[in-house]
Amino acid sequence: MPEERPLIEMEREIAGGDFQRAGDVSSELKNILQRAGFPPDFNRRVVIASYEAEMNVVIHAYRGVFRAKIYSDRVHVEIDDQGPGIPDLELAFQEGYSTAPPHIREMGFGAGYGLSNMKKCSDSLVIDTRVQEGTRVIMDFFLSLLKS
Amino acid sequence: MILRDVKEILEAEVLVGEAWLEREIWYACGSDLLSDVLAFAKEHALLLTGLTNAQVVRTAEMIDLLGIVFVRGKKPEHTTVELAALKQIPLLSTRLPMYESCGRLYLKGLRGCSEWTPHA
Repeated sequence: MPEERPLIEMEREIAGGDFQRAGDVSSELKNILQRAGFPPDFNRRVVIASYEAEMNVVIHAYRGVFRAKIYSDRVHVEIDDQGPGIPDLELAFQEGYSTAPPHIREMGFGAGYGLSNMKKCSDSLVIDTRVQEGTRVIMDFFLSLLKS
Repeated sequence: MILRDVKEILEAEVLVGEAWLEREIWYACGSDLLSDVLAFAKEHALLLTGLTNAQVVRTAEMIDLLGIVFVRGKKPEHTTVELAALKQIPLLSTRLPMYESCGRLYLKGLRGCSEWTPHA
């Protein structure tokens, strides 16, 4: 079976440490989803998960690439970064666990809820990480699955 | 209540968005943790916070918050106000601390996000 072609594809760079532009990519994705006519509840969970993932790149990595493929009934998001990687993924998923430095916490992030928010908002979350190399986050969102 | 009521109850100053004060607010949350706001805020919600960086406005944009109140007289940098203007998110600043701000609004009937019910 040939792979289905997405209706819209998006690819953007994310710069590590650039807090002024952090959120630009997720904001653009939100606008695209709204224009494409997806329901607000669906857009909300795609956007929350994407924004948390984008913030993770800005907070922890040197640079990253954000790719989104939008189909008629689902959205596929992949974020690849070059960065420190996650040494203990199980620990990283624990709510409240964070390695973010104090200046990030002062901004209201880095409280250790990013990954769990991504997991709650997505229908599928896969993380492939290598220490000292980087992390790949793959998330899928299906329109037919109603999540609260 | 509408945002104009919030402004009066909290004796707040409008930093940006005088034109959007007729927006109707259904719920509010008070938090300095943005991941919590992302996880728990509902539609038609107002955020009260002590954070003033640009990410507060970004967070509000992502989940369609109807406005932000900065407590304890805090005010954000000009670039944050500009971003809010661009994203049409009203910003208010009150001299009241977080607890009193939330308490005053709750006494006037503004519910918390955990009290959300469908089609409120």
